[in-house]
Amino acid sequence: MAQATTDRPSLSSQLPDKTLTKWLYDMQLIREFETRTAQAYQQAKIGGFCHIYTGQEACAVGTIACLDAKDPVITAYRDHGHALARGMDPKACMAEMFGKLPGCAKGKGGSMHMFDKPNHLYGGHGIVGAQTPLGAGLAFADRYRWEVLGKGSKQVSLCYLGDGALNQGAFHEAQNLAGLLNLPVIYIVENNGYSMGTSIERGTTMADQLTLKAKGYGIKGIEIDGMSIMDVYDAFKPLVDECRDLQRPGFVDLKTYRYQGHSMSDPQKYRTKEEVEDAKERDSIANLASHLMQERGCLSEDDWKAMQKEIRDIVKESVDFAEAAEAPSVEEELYSDVFIHPLPNLSPSGAYTHGSKNPLL
Amino acid sequence: MTTLTHPALDKPYTYPDFDKPLPPREGDRVIQFREALREAMSEEMRRDERVFLMGEEVANYNGAYKVSQGMLDEFGDKRIIDTPISENGFAGMGIAAAMGGLRPIVEFMSWSFSLVAADQILNNAPKMLYMSGAQWGCPIVFRGNNGAGGQLGSTHSWCVEGLYANVPGVKIVIPSNPYDAKGLLKTAILDPDPVFFLESERMLGDKAHVPEEEYYIPFGKARLAREGSDVTLVSFGRPVHFCVEAAEKLAGDEGIEADVLDMRTIRPLDIDAIVESVKKTNRIVVVDQCWPFASIASEVCTQVMERAFDWLDAAPVRVNTADVPTPYAKGLEAAYLPNTERIAAAVTKLAGAR
Ligand SMILES: Cc1ncc(C[n+]2csc(CCOP(=O)(O)OP(=O)(O)O)c2C)c(N)n1
Ligand SMILES: [Mg+2]
Repeated sequence: MAQATTDRPSLSSQLPDKTLTKWLYDMQLIREFETRTAQAYQQAKIGGFCHIYTGQEACAVGTIACLDAKDPVITAYRDHGHALARGMDPKACMAEMFGKLPGCAKGKGGSMHMFDKPNHLYGGHGIVGAQTPLGAGLAFADRYRWEVLGKGSKQVSLCYLGDGALNQGAFHEAQNLAGLLNLPVIYIVENNGYSMGTSIERGTTMADQLTLKAKGYGIKGIEIDGMSIMDVYDAFKPLVDECRDLQRPGFVDLKTYRYQGHSMSDPQKYRTKEEVEDAKERDSIANLASHLMQERGCLSEDDWKAMQKEIRDIVKESVDFAEAAEAPSVEEELYSDVFIHPLPNLSPSGAYTHGSKNPLL
Repeated sequence: MTTLTHPALDKPYTYPDFDKPLPPREGDRVIQFREALREAMSEEMRRDERVFLMGEEVANYNGAYKVSQGMLDEFGDKRIIDTPISENGFAGMGIAAAMGGLRPIVEFMSWSFSLVAADQILNNAPKMLYMSGAQWGCPIVFRGNNGAGGQLGSTHSWCVEGLYANVPGVKIVIPSNPYDAKGLLKTAILDPDPVFFLESERMLGDKAHVPEEEYYIPFGKARLAREGSDVTLVSFGRPVHFCVEAAEKLAGDEGIEADVLDMRTIRPLDIDAIVESVKKTNRIVVVDQCWPFASIASEVCTQVMERAFDWLDAAPVRVNTADVPTPYAKGLEAAYLPNTERIAAAVTKLAGAR
């Protein structure tokens, strides 16, 4: 969709081989990680609701590739991909889902609530749309920091949401605030066509012109093919730069597809097998791998196999790690981290305490 | 000064010595409740540039209830921020700004309108520290009018403390007078956890001495508003005044002397002060402007029975609002609210009970 002009080479084509190879690595890491996650869920090692990112890898990896290290990122509950793309240790991510102490939230958050302070990932949010006012607030804080406190530099926040969240009031309030206050936040709709079993056409008006909705809030919007990471980079990088420079919001209708069910318990009666197979024909990972092997010629069949093997080992290690890790102790973790400054008599049922140190800090 | 470092805070939390005696409550520097609130915010904004105020009509209009009058002039529009009528949106913005290292004060024109922001203030603010495994807290103050304003009807007369106090992770403050309002709001702004600060439109014009010198009132320390040995009256916020009135009336008419405890904060709840008083009086009446079912009064009664059952000569009594939607008609509204007569009647009945 985002076409490079004929006389100018695209941005991604000017990037070194090693950058694109790293993208391939990051996307494959997410895919392998999610395969293992689904397995562990089926073995009842992971509980609760668990949403698999497979198929959407180019969205997180491609957009995060356009950021500076300190730019804030916030997302919904389908968040393992963003966590890994932002640099979270797979062990911490897997251990969180296993409900273990070395998990990113010490086993207190779970699959839907991945937080990583050193990597500026402000969660994982389980309530559809709830992260969108937060996205505006992260942008507000960044701007306040350099404008009022005279610290830091211009940043841009990314706030991801699903197409289902388009219909939440919170998102409309957030867009209005972002537009009104010129907040440097980019709302990225990972438009996989469905919110659970409801296709976007059945839930959202103007489903094929979402950018017009953003325009209604004074926000510039673009459409991007989220199945091609090069397209994502080529179209998204200029938007990030613009929103950073001009300190204003953006909107992306990032068209993608999830290969798995909505969550781990979804019989998928609302779509055909053919539709899923068609999407897989355009698989972002296969495409990038073949681009690197054939067009760039910087990756051999053997290199790719070796990379896949390396990733398999890393992910397996994360599962083994999560399995072996200790669970949070009731004594130390149940009543801790409720308050930064616990006081006596805050609760009739117990005294609040400070828990063990977060493994990411 | 004590300093607390915590991985979720970029800067250590430094708080004053709360054991230090407070300045005298009596004096001639008499100001309104709303001015006391404004002084608290302005002093903390001068001290800490991270503190800002955001809400509907707080800037250009000088505050829907004139609490923030003049603050735009002093602090400018980067720190006194008008928002559109988007409670869920700006509450969420404040929460993330707090995660991002700032110290927001978010004004709700009325806590009645906070219900449309319930997801943000109940799901995100109080749970962020826990959900993130102590990576991010949420040092924010939400404040505004709470309780019946005077014939505002069912939708605009909410007392949210009964609902919100059920959620772990928030501190809830309900001052009853200008002196406490200032000292408690200053503590709330310093506090590194989310604080719900519940004011009352009916009290914003109340006047009292507020000392020139700076002071901070600790959370979880009740104030003995009146001393007596026959019955314990427990309340918070505006009904404290009705309790004192009822106590004076009872002393005059019936010779019943009541201890009146102004709780100041309900989470934390100074149950120790309540128990101490009950050990002296052996009788307790809790006056609460929420509905009775699962209310703060229910909680206080339960805790008293858990902690001081053997000291009670009679079952604890609750005086709540009537268990109906808030009526509009003047007479109905007056009968609906806890008032001096209802409190006095409850005490008289309890005094006769064994
Ligand atoms: C407020 C709220 N309502 C309902 C749900 C239950 N729910 C969880 S995910 C989901 C579908 C959301 O779809 P979408 O936003 O498109 O994201 P996707 O799952 O496709 O990534 C629903 C209905 C919820 N978590 N929060
Ligand atoms: Mg979707």
